[in-house]
Amino acid sequence: MLSRINDFAIKLANVNGSGSASANGLIMQAIFRMGVPVSGKNLFPSNIQGLPTWYEIRVNKDGYTARALDYDLMVAMNAQTYARDVKEVRSGGYLLYDSSWPLEKDLVRDDVNYIGVPLAHMCNENFHESRERVLMKNIATAGVLIELLNIDRDVVAQLIEQKYGRKKGLHESNRKALRLGADHVRANFPCPLPFHLQTMNANGDKILIDGNTAVALGCVYAGATVAAWYPITPSTSAMDAFKMFCERFRKDKTAGEQNYLILQAEDELAAIGMVIGASWNGARAFTSTAGPGISLMNELLGFAYFAEIPAVIIDVQRVGPSTGMPTRTQQGDILECAYASHGDTKHILLFPANPAECFDLAVKSFDLAEQFQTPVFLLTDLDIGMNDWVTPKLEWDDSYHPNRGRVLSAEDLEAIPRFYRFMPENGSAVAPRTLPGVSAKGSYFTRGSGHNKYGGYTEIPDEYREVMDRLLRKHKEAAGFVPGPIVEKRKGARVGIITVGGCDAAVREAVDILAEQGTPMDYMRIRAFPFDHPVEAFIAAHEYCYVVEQNRDGQLRSLLILETSAPKEKLRSILVYGGFPLSAKHVLNAIAPEMKTVKTVETEELDAIHR
Amino acid sequence: MPSIVKPPVAHPSLTRNELGLTIRDYEGAMSTLCAGCGHDSITAAIVRALWEMSTPPHRVAKLSGIGCSSKTPAYFVSAAHGFNSAHGRMPPIATGANAANRELTYVGVSGDGDSLSIGLGHLCHAMRRNVNMLYIIENNGVYGLTKGQFSASSDVGSKSKKGEANVMSPIDPVLLGLSLGATFVARSFSGDKGQLVPILMAGLAHRGFAMVDVISPCVTFNDHEGSTKSYLYTRQHLLHATETDFVPDAREIVAEIAPTGGTNITMHDGSVLRFTRLPEDYDVTDRQKAFSYLKQHPHEVVTGIFFADESVPEMHETNHTPATALVDLPYAKLCPGAAQLQQLQNEFR
Ligand SMILES: Cc1ncc(C[n+]2csc(CCOP(=O)(O)OP(=O)(O)O)c2C)c(N)n1
Ligand code: SF4
Ligand SMILES: [Mg+2]
Repeated sequence: MLSRINDFAIKLANVNGSGSASANGLIMQAIFRMGVPVSGKNLFPSNIQGLPTWYEIRVNKDGYTARALDYDLMVAMNAQTYARDVKEVRSGGYLLYDSSWPLEKDLVRDDVNYIGVPLAHMCNENFHESRERVLMKNIATAGVLIELLNIDRDVVAQLIEQKYGRKKGLHESNRKALRLGADHVRANFPCPLPFHLQTMNANGDKILIDGNTAVALGCVYAGATVAAWYPITPSTSAMDAFKMFCERFRKDKTAGEQNYLILQAEDELAAIGMVIGASWNGARAFTSTAGPGISLMNELLGFAYFAEIPAVIIDVQRVGPSTGMPTRTQQGDILECAYASHGDTKHILLFPANPAECFDLAVKSFDLAEQFQTPVFLLTDLDIGMNDWVTPKLEWDDSYHPNRGRVLSAEDLEAIPRFYRFMPENGSAVAPRTLPGVSAKGSYFTRGSGHNKYGGYTEIPDEYREVMDRLLRKHKEAAGFVPGPIVEKRKGARVGIITVGGCDAAVREAVDILAEQGTPMDYMRIRAFPFDHPVEAFIAAHEYCYVVEQNRDGQLRSLLILETSAPKEKLRSILVYGGFPLSAKHVLNAIAPEMKTVKTVETEELDAIHR
Repeated sequence: MPSIVKPPVAHPSLTRNELGLTIRDYEGAMSTLCAGCGHDSITAAIVRALWEMSTPPHRVAKLSGIGCSSKTPAYFVSAAHGFNSAHGRMPPIATGANAANRELTYVGVSGDGDSLSIGLGHLCHAMRRNVNMLYIIENNGVYGLTKGQFSASSDVGSKSKKGEANVMSPIDPVLLGLSLGATFVARSFSGDKGQLVPILMAGLAHRGFAMVDVISPCVTFNDHEGSTKSYLYTRQHLLHATETDFVPDAREIVAEIAPTGGTNITMHDGSVLRFTRLPEDYDVTDRQKAFSYLKQHPHEVVTGIFFADESVPEMHETNHTPATALVDLPYAKLCPGAAQLQQLQNEFR
C-alpha cells in the first residue's frame, strides 16, 4: 500500500455504554486540532447499554468529510458485530482487535492485516477497579491509534490536560492508559500505518460543534425568552444547550434573575401550545422536537397558521414512521412539516446543511415567523444535530436588530380610527397585529374558527375565502425573504443535482468526482420552502435533475412537483433512507447505470434507491 | 365586524369602580348561547368580579378551549385580548402566555369536556406549575356544543336526553385539584351569583392557579329529569361549605372584618379573604380536611373555597424570572453579542 497522508477512514465498533464515546471524541478532536479536515459520525443504537455502536472518522486533506463507506482501519471491539465489521475493511486494510482472546478463525480474511493488542489484559493488570478497567480500555485503544495514525502526542496531552487537569486521579489514569496502548503497539508493529496524519493548516479558525448546540446559540442570539419542549431524541441536546447558554448569558449576576423561561411540557401538544401562547403575547418562543412531536403538534400548528401567530419549531429529524429508529438520521418530515395540520395549510421551512447554517437560520426563523406571523420550521436532522462538525466560525453582527414584523404600539393605535386584526397594509399580505395588554383599542379575539378580515367570527363563504386567499399570498410573499438556494454551475453540464440539508457534503463530493470522470453536473441545494424563483429556473435550465434526499418517498421531489411548474419527468429521485448519513458513493452508484462514464464503487452498505 | 355587538348605551345611574369604569366597560359581545344557559350567568359573574376588582380591562387576557363554555370569553371584556384556542389546549396556551408576560390578569374559561377529557392532562400540569391565573370550569356534565354526549363529570346513573344512563364514575375537578396540590380549589353554582362573584374575586386575587368548578346547567341537553346537573337537582342539593365574602384591598380597612370563628387568609396582593360561618371542624388551609369534608358529604354539591394556600411559589417564582414581563426585556439584554460569541468559540476548538 502506498503511503497516504491525511486521506483515510477508520471505523470503531464498540458496545454501547462502555465509555467509548469520550475516547472517540478525543481522537476526533485531536485530528481537528492538527488542522486536518475531519468528520466523526456516531452511529448509535436506541439503547442505554449493551447494543452495538459505531463511530466513523474520515480524514480528508481536500475537505471531503461525508461518510466514506469503506474503511482503511477497523477497530473491532465488539464481538457481537465482528463478522459484519470485518467485511467492511477495504482490501489491504487493517483490523485492530483485542488479543487478550484469540482471534476467531472464520473471521480472518487474507486480504486484511491484523493488529492484536491485549487491551483487556493490560488494563486488568494496571487498573484495579472494574469500571475503571472498562473505561481505560477505550483510552488505551486511543493510545494505540495515536501511534498507528501518527496523531500529535502534544495535542493529545493538551486535550487530556484540559479535560481532566482538575481531577488528579482521572488525569493520571488516562495518561497511563494512553501510554500502555502506545508502548505496546510501538514495540510490536511498524508505526505509523501507511495511511496516517500529518499536521496541516486546513482548519483555520473553524470550530468543532454539533448542530443542536449551534441551533441553541442561534435561539439565544435571536432573543428567544420562552422555550417549551418535551424530551425526544435527537432534539434533546438542543434544549440542554439552550439552557446551558441561558444560564451563562441570561442570568443577571447580581439579582440572580433569569431572563428566560424554559418549560418542560407534559407533551408536545402542550409544548407548541406554550410557544403559541408566548408568541401571542409578543415573546420570541420556540420548541425543539422530532417527527413524533410534530405529529402531535399538528392541531395547534394549524391554529397558529390560521390565527396568524408566530412560532419557531426546530425539528431534528430522525427515522420514521412511528417510533421508527430514534437514533438514526433521515429527512422524512419534509412533507409533514410543509403542510402540517388539517385543512389548507402551508408553512415556511428552512433547511440548514451544517451547524454554521443551523446558527444563522435559527435566527432567521424568528425573523420570518414574526414578519409573516406564522409557524416556521427549522428542519435539521440527527446527523447535523448530534454529530460534531468542522464548521466555519459562527459570525455575529452586532448591528442585527430582530425583525418583529408589524406590531402596532399604543401610539400607532391612537393614530388610526379603528383596529381590525386581519386587514393587510401597504400591498403586503401581512396584517399588522397587536399585543395583549397594550391598549384596549388593539384588542381582538384570536380564534381558530372562521373569521373575516375584521377578526369577527364568520361562516360566510366570501369572507372566509378572502382570509384564506390572503394566507396563500402571504406564503408566496415569504419566498422573497427566505434564504435562496446555493447553486454551483459547471461548464458543459446538462444535468442538475438537487439536494437538501445534510446531504450537502456527500453530494458535493459526488459532483466533483462526476466532473473528474467527465460528467459535469450543476448543483443546487435548496435552503427553504416556499421555493423562490431560482429554484424553478434551475430545473427549467436542465435536461433533467436528480433529487438526492434521505427518505423513501422522495418528499423534496414531491414538494418541487407540487409547488413549482417543473414537470415530474424531469426530476429523478436518488434516495438513501436506511438511517445512516449519506456518502458520495451512494450517489455515484445510483447515477452509474444511467451514465456510461460514471464508475460504480463497491460498498457493504445498501445502495441508494433510484426512481 | 364582530359577530353581534351590543348597543353601547350606558345607564346614567351605573356606579363606577376605582378606575372610574362602569360595569358596561367590562362587558363583551352579545352571547350566542341558548337562552337560559348557565354559562351566561357565569359570564355576568366574571364581568362583575373584574369590575369589582378594578382590573384595567385591557390588562386582562381571556383564554378558552372549545365548547359552548369556551365561546364565552367573547361575551366579556371586549377591551381585552381573547384567545379561543383548540379543544382542551387552553392550559398550555395560558401557561406560555403567562410565561411571556406575567403582568396581565389571566382568566381561563373551559368546560367539563374541555378540562376533564381532552385537556385533562394539561389541566393537571397547569395546576402543578401553579400558573398564576383564574381557571373556570363551566361544568354542565355534558358536551353541550356537540349536542349532549356524556362528559367525564356526568354522574353515574345520570341519564342523557336520549335516555341512556351513564355507567362510568365521574371525575370531580375539586378532588382532582386537591390531590394534585392545586393551591386554590373552589366550587360554586352559576345560579348563585352572591356566592360566585366573591369566589371569582378570590380566585383572581390568588397568587397561583385558582381553579373554580362552577356547576352550570345546560338548559338544552342537561336539564331534564334524570340529569344530576339540572337546575332542579342542583338547587335541591346545594350546600354551602363556606360563606365567602371577598373584600378587596383598598376597602378592606372598613370594620367589616369578621368578628371571630373564621379563617382569614392574606392574599398575595395584600387583600384579605374572609370566611364566615365555617363549619367548626373546617380549615381552609388544611388540604386533608377538605378531603374528609367532601367524603362526609357524598350526596351533596358542596360549594365554597375548599382550599387556598398563598405560600406556594407560582410558576415565575420557581423559575426566578424578573418581576416584570419577559416581553418587556430589551433585546440588548437578551443578546450576548459578537465579542461573547468570539470568546465562547474558543471552547469549540
Ligand atoms: C380535537 C377536537 N375534537 C372534537 C371536537 C368537537 N367538540 C367541540 S366542543 C366538544 C365538547 C365540549 O364540551 P364541554 O367542554 O363540556 O363544553 P360545553 O359545550 O358543554 O360547554 C367537542 C367534543 C373539537 N372541537 N376538537
Ligand atoms: S347547548 Fe347547553 S351549554 Fe350549550 S349553549 Fe345551549 S344551554 Fe348552554
Ligand atoms: Mg360541558
